[in-house]
Amino acid sequence: MTDLGPLIPRDREMHPEPYWPDYKTSVARSPHQPLLSLESGPSEETGPTFGHSRFGALDNNLILNWTKGAAPAVGERILMHGRVLDENNRPVPNTLVEIWQANAGGRYRHKKDTYLAPLDPNFGGCGRTLTDENGYYQFLTIRPGAYPWPNRGNDWRPMHIHVSVFGHSFGQRLITQMYFEGDPLIPLCPIAATIRNRSQLDRLVAPLDMARSRRLDFLAYKFDIVLRGRRQTMFENKLEGM
Amino acid sequence: MVQPLSHQPETPSQTAGPYVHIGLMPTYAGNPGYYDEEIGVSPVAEGAQGQVIEIVGSVYDGTGWALRDALIESWQADSAGLFPGQDGADPAVSGHCRFAADAVTGEFTLRTVKPGPVPSRYGRAFAPHISLWIVARGINIGLQTRIYFEDEDNEGDPLLSRIEQRPRVNTLIAKKIGDGRYRFDIRLQG
Repeated sequence: MTDLGPLIPRDREMHPEPYWPDYKTSVARSPHQPLLSLESGPSEETGPTFGHSRFGALDNNLILNWTKGAAPAVGERILMHGRVLDENNRPVPNTLVEIWQANAGGRYRHKKDTYLAPLDPNFGGCGRTLTDENGYYQFLTIRPGAYPWPNRGNDWRPMHIHVSVFGHSFGQRLITQMYFEGDPLIPLCPIAATIRNRSQLDRLVAPLDMARSRRLDFLAYKFDIVLRGRRQTMFENKLEGM
Repeated sequence: MVQPLSHQPETPSQTAGPYVHIGLMPTYAGNPGYYDEEIGVSPVAEGAQGQVIEIVGSVYDGTGWALRDALIESWQADSAGLFPGQDGADPAVSGHCRFAADAVTGEFTLRTVKPGPVPSRYGRAFAPHISLWIVARGINIGLQTRIYFEDEDNEGDPLLSRIEQRPRVNTLIAKKIGDGRYRFDIRLQG
């Protein structure tokens, strides 16, 4: 296998604070000890691959996939689309993108969600797809509703879709959340606030994309995702301890 | 002004939240049959070379309570130390597994084959290990760690030898609790 070079070290300043008291659950679940840093090796630079054959035709269509196409979900029909790129602006082709979300009323189809908003019998809330050769992906879904959660006195999550991306190596593994342009709950959310760098938080907010919407059918939101890149170098000097 | 850099920062992480299993392990979330085939059900298929092992453990928070909602992914080499996709790698080893803490007990189980030593870019080998990535509600960015094995030679491992405080090394080593059985507890804090 070709050595593509080590991964670019993760810039933790661009990521959320692990310990963020306003997000109460983080208080007991964030490490006190500093992380150990290591140049990436084979364990971080390789990763799982997934063949097209294991995916069903409706896997990226959340409007229809829970009922296997029998009946559509209720809600604001949207196309969520974008590209997966690396830090060097190269597309990441054939990589797995998975999403999950609440229904239009903010209720998840999970045995632990007991919010009084009803389930939609035609909506499951789960999708997956592989990016194409240009790193492009798309999902058809409904816009999820905001929902309350027991944190501080009266906290509500903004509308969001959870996104999980693999990239081509285990060290690129990323889970994040996509928010929607103009949602007034974003600045109130303690989970969004874990990202201190405001311009980084803005990168999780998907703009309305009328050019990709379809008349009389769905609106569109664009969400590009950037994964860690590889450091291409001519000089690989043996480091201390390696 | 200086020249602009052409690279762009990584997309920031966010917590996977309490319902991560809906998206990544639908059967576990109570939605069996969502997909014809789920991802990462087992890191090995029938006929994988090497010693079959089982690792059990829990993920504990700072109060000593085992998380009931953690989701873990593992990534590993085959018994010869080759990763899937590398020349000569065992085709029965996909190397990737997703597993969850039990919703009642908080205990997880990983069944796999023990990986072989993995050579580093510079020649020195990493002792046999399994990489883990842990996400859950309250964890804002996925936590990376490794499982090493107490019955392997971990002496020269480039990662373990970098750790100054030797008690921290012990936290990365699975304890043998039986023939091919190990215990690996993860303490997030404290």
